[in-house]
Amino acid sequence: MAPSYNAKEEDGHQPGATGHGGAGTMTNKKPDNTAFKQQRLPAWQPILTAGTVLPAFFVIGLIFIPIGFILIVYGLTLLIDYTGVDMSSPCYNCSQSYSWNNTQSCTCSVHFSLDQPFESNVFMYYGLSNFYQNHRRYVKSRDDSQLNGDKTSLQYHICTLNRCSKECEPYRSSDKPIAPCGAIANSLFNDTLELYYIDPNGSRTAIPLVKKGIAWWTDKHVKFRNPSGNNNLTVVFQGTSKPVNWRKPVFELDPLDSDNNGFINEDFIVWMRTAALPTFRKLYCIIQKKPNNMTPTLPRGEYILEVTYNYPVRSFDGRKRMILSTISWMGGKNPFLGIAYITVGSVCFCLGLVLLSIHYRYGKRNNSAEISS
Amino acid sequence: MDFSVLRNLISRYCAGEEYWVDSRTVYIGHKEPPPAAEAYIPQRYPDNRIVSSKYTLWNFIPKNLFEQFRRIANFYFLLIFLVQLIIDTPTSPVTSGLPLFFVITVTAIKQGYEDWLRHKADCSINECPVDMVQQGTVVRTQSSKLRVGDVVMVREDETFPCDLLLLSSSHDDGTCYVTTTSLDGESSHKTYYAVPDTMDFKTEQKVDSLHATIECEQPQPDLYKFVGRINIYKEREDPIARSLGAENLLLRGATLKNTEHIYAVAIYTGMDTKMALNYQSKSQKRSAVEKSMNAFLIVYLCILISKAVINTVLKYAWQWSVDRDEPWYNHRTEIDRERHVVIRAFTDFLAFMVLFNYIIPVSMYVTVEMQKFLGSYFIAWDKDMYDEELGVGAQVNTSDLNEELGQEHEDLFFRALCLCHTVQVKEEETVDSIKRGIHLGKPTSFYISSSPDEVALVEGMKRLGYTYLRLKDSHMEILNKDDEIERFELLHVLNFDSVRRRMSVIVKSSSGEYLLFCKGADTSIFPRVVSGKVEQVRARVEQNAVEGLRTLCVAYRSLSPVEYEETCHQLDDAKLALQDREQRLAQAYDLIERDFTLLGATAVEDRLQEKAADTIESLQKAGMKVWVLTGDKMETAAATCYASKLFRRSTQILELTKKRTEEQSLHDVLFDLSRTVLRQRTLSGLSVECQDYGLIIDGATLSAVLKPSPESSGSGNYREIFLEISRNCSAVLCCRMAPLQKAQIVKLIKASKEHPITLAIGDGANDVSMILEAHVGIGIMGKEGRQAARNSDYAIPKFKHLKKMLLVHGHLYYVRIAELVQYFFYKNVCFIFPQFLYQFFCGFSQQPLYDTAYLTLYNISFTSLPILLYSLIEKHISIETLKRDPTLYRDVAKNSLLRWPVFLYWTCLGLFNACIFFFGAYFLFDNTTFTSNGQMFGNWTFGTLVFTVLVFTVTLKLALDTHHWTWINHFVIWGSLLFYVIFSLLWGGIIWPFLNYQRMYYVFMQMLSSGPAWLGIILLITISLLPDVVKKVLCRTLWPTATERAQSNRPCLTVELSTIFVLTQSDNRLSF
Repeated sequence: MAPSYNAKEEDGHQPGATGHGGAGTMTNKKPDNTAFKQQRLPAWQPILTAGTVLPAFFVIGLIFIPIGFILIVYGLTLLIDYTGVDMSSPCYNCSQSYSWNNTQSCTCSVHFSLDQPFESNVFMYYGLSNFYQNHRRYVKSRDDSQLNGDKTSLQYHICTLNRCSKECEPYRSSDKPIAPCGAIANSLFNDTLELYYIDPNGSRTAIPLVKKGIAWWTDKHVKFRNPSGNNNLTVVFQGTSKPVNWRKPVFELDPLDSDNNGFINEDFIVWMRTAALPTFRKLYCIIQKKPNNMTPTLPRGEYILEVTYNYPVRSFDGRKRMILSTISWMGGKNPFLGIAYITVGSVCFCLGLVLLSIHYRYGKRNNSAEISS
Repeated sequence: MDFSVLRNLISRYCAGEEYWVDSRTVYIGHKEPPPAAEAYIPQRYPDNRIVSSKYTLWNFIPKNLFEQFRRIANFYFLLIFLVQLIIDTPTSPVTSGLPLFFVITVTAIKQGYEDWLRHKADCSINECPVDMVQQGTVVRTQSSKLRVGDVVMVREDETFPCDLLLLSSSHDDGTCYVTTTSLDGESSHKTYYAVPDTMDFKTEQKVDSLHATIECEQPQPDLYKFVGRINIYKEREDPIARSLGAENLLLRGATLKNTEHIYAVAIYTGMDTKMALNYQSKSQKRSAVEKSMNAFLIVYLCILISKAVINTVLKYAWQWSVDRDEPWYNHRTEIDRERHVVIRAFTDFLAFMVLFNYIIPVSMYVTVEMQKFLGSYFIAWDKDMYDEELGVGAQVNTSDLNEELGQEHEDLFFRALCLCHTVQVKEEETVDSIKRGIHLGKPTSFYISSSPDEVALVEGMKRLGYTYLRLKDSHMEILNKDDEIERFELLHVLNFDSVRRRMSVIVKSSSGEYLLFCKGADTSIFPRVVSGKVEQVRARVEQNAVEGLRTLCVAYRSLSPVEYEETCHQLDDAKLALQDREQRLAQAYDLIERDFTLLGATAVEDRLQEKAADTIESLQKAGMKVWVLTGDKMETAAATCYASKLFRRSTQILELTKKRTEEQSLHDVLFDLSRTVLRQRTLSGLSVECQDYGLIIDGATLSAVLKPSPESSGSGNYREIFLEISRNCSAVLCCRMAPLQKAQIVKLIKASKEHPITLAIGDGANDVSMILEAHVGIGIMGKEGRQAARNSDYAIPKFKHLKKMLLVHGHLYYVRIAELVQYFFYKNVCFIFPQFLYQFFCGFSQQPLYDTAYLTLYNISFTSLPILLYSLIEKHISIETLKRDPTLYRDVAKNSLLRWPVFLYWTCLGLFNACIFFFGAYFLFDNTTFTSNGQMFGNWTFGTLVFTVLVFTVTLKLALDTHHWTWINHFVIWGSLLFYVIFSLLWGGIIWPFLNYQRMYYVFMQMLSSGPAWLGIILLITISLLPDVVKKVLCRTLWPTATERAQSNRPCLTVELSTIFVLTQSDNRLSF
């Protein structure tokens, strides 16, 4: 057989094993008559018509509106700004005379009153605004393995290739490695807040503030760990220096509770969870409800918030706040969620009505048009 | 292999100069001409090697990589990857490098394998044995070794290895029979002639002694044109010069038939052969969907760049004050500080690009490829497209175009011949048994003939008792009813031509009578008839013609010996004439063919492939325009068109043929026709009744239309007018087309101003170039060979399968891939836009909103499978409905689901959803406690909340779009949501030792343990889905499309069948 041009035409296509091999192999076989291959699998074929969607709209409306009302009604919140921007505000002086090197702390007292008693556990937050904890440079500037108790990250002074990660820049080391390193740790919130109830007779009663349970359990027990080997944290952290802005080293954060020192200090852990938005609040402490349950946790009346003013926010136009809030299973008071639920519920209900009318008017017309054609 | 390429290049380079010369001189047997004649200039030509492979071992990696990165998407991903490597970016280079590497590798392996197959195919062709005459003996050699000037011996049934000039054949008269089926699709046997002066060189030795040169034109693609001259040198004599024409040239690809052997000399070799010049390289076809996709891609690229620019500008505006740029709690590093601000700004720009680059995901390309590849299986698996007789099902060669089937094919081409599946004799009125000259009855008694009609006639006669046995020693033998053999001596054959439209034979019966039998079209026979039952036959013929049968009239004339002698003389004179041979022959024929006695008429039914008419009707209903391109004679083609209901009785036929242009100038004809058509159009604006036009154009006229005319204004004009005319015709028939002309027409239509999508369907090798040229090429695995099927994008066993292919598979694929493309863009807007918004709240610091794992896996696993599955098995409407109602196809025609408004809707929906996700989460987090235990969430919980809402929303959106819920859909949709939850639990569940950050630790679980988070997630998902549901319901109720109507009617089908679907029912009967 002489060469034929036909073969040229085949270029790349071996008979039966054509380019896109897919179908080629099936060539000489009768296709299977299976439901899948013939695209005849049994199927549910819903169609979104006014008729089928209507009930869903009404149901959504009927469920969402009540939820919204519950969310709106429930919860109490009190917010006090103690930044001291105004001349008149009690913390004005403190906010002006700021220096990191100040050994003497500045204190100020803010008076406020509660119109409603706060029942059950009350949560006390400090809030900052215009503070970009979510800035990428800031978020990165931490070393999770150091915080997890990895000793090597405490020892290395001169960085090798892999260790002493770039993450902590520019707060990695001063002359010794910094523990805890990084910008986040360096800027730990260090105001002290105390709350006093003023009895009608004028005497001040300190309200017990509990620092336990303000951080996530898993953070406190798993993610954050002190370097092991020695129970004496002073020894463990030997050879490291404290962050530049700190007044005391990491192992002396809580002078009262020795289990709350080092990396597992709850205030520290709370701070290390970087906030999502530039205006944020962080849990400062919990005011537990009274055991007798007869009187509210915070009864109606006059209070004093005593602030040890250490944390400067004026330079970046920030604000500092103290927030008291009650919490239920649906979180704190959340007007947005409630309003949103009511709105969506009502919109669905209205749409349901509109669709109902359309369904009755046009649904029939379409059918008749179909018949006439 | 490489050396050969090199050699080819060199030889081409060397011959380069020679291409400027108009002619080439071939020295037969490489013998120098006598010194006296002319200077011997050895010329270099390409060898006979065929190279179709793209790569060699050395250049595979660089060339393939280069070609892959020429794809804009690949290049883009490469850039992103490099940027991630070089600068400090928010995300790791692995996130984009790994998928890219995977895609590139898989593609390279696939292409490498295909090229290897091509290499193998090339090798087998190039190593084909060829008999070459050298020094008076026949030598076997490889096809690729053949050079111009070599003398070749070809035996019966062998295919010519290159373009050859016939020197001599085993027949005494120097003729040989050739079939060019694989070349131009004509199954007839053609006769080729040797120059009388060489036809005596009948043995190897003699041929070797031939001393001659051939001057001929440079290779050109026209199969039917060849001009040359042969100079034969004889000792001590002046060289004899003879002119050469197309009838002397044997083309590569044609096959020798009914001739023992021939000697011929190679004229054009390798890539110079007419076949190779007619062969168009298989270029990458891009579907309209891909084009839309690329357009959308560019829009998204612009969005991406503008996002990055906006953020960069805002960043520097925002951090103008040092307190914002470097507050005391967040200092820069020294290195960073020292950097020039321009470099910093540029780095920031790139970092933003990287952060937002997920808006154009690699995975979209992977998913689209997978969809196309896997989706094509459904076509191959379709048992409705399986043909019992041939034992083959549909075949998909290019999976890139599945969805293109769902596009309107403004023009649909197919070759008429492929419809003529069987020819059958319907009626036979001949009184006498008429024999035609070139029929050759093989002992196995099947007939080969220049036209299937003749086979049909002979076979029909066999059934009526007259069996044509054979042609032996110029005697035709016929077995008549009484089992007696009648012998007729065949004296002359007056061949058929389209001007006379008849042919004759002169035979001498055993009784010594000279008889001339003539058959031909009624119009050409009747004027020459002097006796016989004229009226009766005429009535019969007309009746048959109305029935759509092809009629022929048969007449005879008996010649006296004197008349015969005279006739012989006339014919011989004409045959030997060197100039105007054709014309003189025609004159002679005209003289001889007269004074007939009418014998009768035959009618042949051109039976189309089953359901061809139904298929064409459906296609027209679906809004497609059908063109027929055929190499056939105009009459045959027109009859086929009538039979296939392409032309109806009411259709007014416009002719644009050689016959007409000979009478009038082309210019006038064109203007006449366009005036007719345009007048009609202006009229039809008023009247409801619309005149149907059908246009017939032949090859010669077409080339005149396409030829750039000397007047500068002309060429463009003619084309435009021609297109204008055809635009107003419901069907166009182009007959007498050369293969390349078919491709030209496709190209012409593709380039016309509406830019229609074209589909070409054909079964012969002559359809290949057209199939390759059209947007979609479909090959029919016909009896004429498989070349068309192999070069096509899709191959189907029968023409009727086209209906299901287009109306069902095409429609479904289009809907699927349109949703796939739109959905992909949508879900990535939803994905990335919140990240963009987040920059406004994090000081434009490129802080990613989502964790790296989520960024990487979002497109790869969380949201990829549901859409892939949707794009494979979604069936928004049942197959039966689609088949029953071709008009539904119009709903998806003209790329309607991928137009800008639709794209805009999806993008806006995506933007809306993204805003809901982000601002919803923002207000939920803002100034409130989000947990049940008073503890606070951080930025990663914020991102995870947005991401959870995002994954659920986009998946449920797809669920809303799904009309066909099989168990697989349930499994994949709910499964992928479940997978997301499980993955998140696992990802946050342990401290991962290999990671240097543990930011996701318990984030997801903490979120789930908070009541408000649940309420928030449910709320945001509801809000996001609400507008789309409302839009769907309103559109369906107020402005339903045909498809939607058909969907909603499904339930009442059984109930109201009798009243509503009467019309549809009758259609049913036709199509099933």
